[in-house]
Amino acid sequence: MSIDQDVLKLPHDQIEQIQLDGIKKTAVRVYENVPFYKNSFDEARFNPYEINSLDDLSKAPFITKQDLRDNYPYKLFAVPMEDVLEIHMSSGTTGIATVGGYTKHDLDIWGECFGRGVTYADGGPKDIVHVCYGYGLFTGGLGAHYGGLCSGATTIPMSAGNTERQIRVLKEMGSTIICCTPSYAMHIADTAIEMGLDPAKDFHLRAGIHGAEPFSDNFRADLEKKLNYKVLDVYGLTECMGPGVAIECMEQTGLHLAEDHFYAEIIDPATGKNLPDGEWGELVLTSVDREAQPVIRYRTKDITRIIPGECACGRTHRRIDRLHGRTDDMMIIRGVNVFPSQIEDVMETFDDVSSWYQIELSTKNSLDVVTLKAEVNPGFDLDSVASIENLQNSIQAKLKTALAVGIKVKLVEPKSIPRSTGKAKRVIDLRKENEK
Amino acid sequence: MIDQITVFLENKEGRLLALCRCIGDAGVNMHAMTIAESADFGLVRIICDDPQKALEALNAADFRANKTKVVGIVVPNRPGGVADLLEILDDLNLNIEYGYCFSINNDEAADVFKIHGDAESAGAAFKLEEAGFKVLSQEDLA
Repeated sequence: MSIDQDVLKLPHDQIEQIQLDGIKKTAVRVYENVPFYKNSFDEARFNPYEINSLDDLSKAPFITKQDLRDNYPYKLFAVPMEDVLEIHMSSGTTGIATVGGYTKHDLDIWGECFGRGVTYADGGPKDIVHVCYGYGLFTGGLGAHYGGLCSGATTIPMSAGNTERQIRVLKEMGSTIICCTPSYAMHIADTAIEMGLDPAKDFHLRAGIHGAEPFSDNFRADLEKKLNYKVLDVYGLTECMGPGVAIECMEQTGLHLAEDHFYAEIIDPATGKNLPDGEWGELVLTSVDREAQPVIRYRTKDITRIIPGECACGRTHRRIDRLHGRTDDMMIIRGVNVFPSQIEDVMETFDDVSSWYQIELSTKNSLDVVTLKAEVNPGFDLDSVASIENLQNSIQAKLKTALAVGIKVKLVEPKSIPRSTGKAKRVIDLRKENEK
Repeated sequence: MIDQITVFLENKEGRLLALCRCIGDAGVNMHAMTIAESADFGLVRIICDDPQKALEALNAADFRANKTKVVGIVVPNRPGGVADLLEILDDLNLNIEYGYCFSINNDEAADVFKIHGDAESAGAAFKLEEAGFKVLSQEDLA
């Protein structure tokens, strides 16, 4: 197998033609086969037979995660069940799991889309792709696996967990590209260092394709230093296939959307109105050619923007910016919007605390109280109470400047913040419990 | 000069016990222990017979611990003993960050001072020895 490189460099009007042709067919197909779309299009007086330009799509109603839940498990499938080869479910980070179905064609597209990431990392048949996303219902493991296979690389299905074995394989089997969550990559690097290895030298990695959770530029720089490789951000979601919807190239200036398979819009999450390129808002995705479970205008709740202009790599597929958080990860603290990534950016400027932190939201006298727990690093001179309080105070002051809201910093003992092999749980919200 | 072990502890149930058990299991004998506390955390300072061994055991058990040089002086067992000692240090313009006391045996007690700056610390120890005080070395505690 190999990845078609020509389609990545098509003139953009040709890509738009592919999108329009695909969406015209897809919109009619869902209207005729899925009762949900029949009702929602009719209700919004949207006529799927009269889509003449991509702009016409902005008249179509949205579909949300709640709609997916309401139609659990198979009511949004647009093909007979005998054509569905595989089922996945979302990790349910924010609630009940949602289902995704795939035909043979859908699985091929998925492998192609994620496999592009391997070729963005200049990878191919000579590479060894080490997949330590969790295998199973989570789309990370098998998505990366199909991508590895599709790129022609040797693919090692490690799945997540058993970190010491991951380290042994990375050291002894010559893995060149690693696919996992960024926090798990950091955990592997830190554990290897603890075991007395230098992963920058002892591993053979050239690139990491990391996604499923947002991470800051500082976190990326830290990873790249520890593992001596390049980190490429990958975006995707179960509701619209899985990882591979958009992947960064080696320029690291945004993630190329797989525009021949997905049409992206950015909207104002409050009004639902389309925003021009360059402006931050909620990403809305439409399937161009998915068969089993196409979506028309799915509200991802992910905050990003379309990066105007062309990428230096020469690929013409437009880029989205690295995710700025989710509309539902956003914390509203005393009326101020705060994204965990903003906190992370501040934390990583302090060498005396580790990359592991946790935010606890609670209520005291009906006021929001935010406590940030961070672990003290070895080497920090902790001999006096003042030195620890000074560190806490300087982190607090910097957070206050960056976020315009007061956060109490509490330094904690090493390893008291739980490590994760999947998505890191950064925020613990006790506010509802405090009200009881 | 002697080595003091400082351990950062969260204000959480059972942490002090875990710390002492860890040192005990390593076969290290404590001579003195003092706790400096704030609202969220405590700093436990320890004088023991084998600081290096204690430090290694604590690090292996994921405690955050440091080794700090402090001055330990044997103090005469009579009124004004500590005052005499401090008088000798008075004109050195030192900054004593913290201090505490422990008994070595029934007749003798020792004062421990953390003096700001390595050179100042060594200077103070020298001056005290000149004045006839016994300044403890780590060997005295082994």
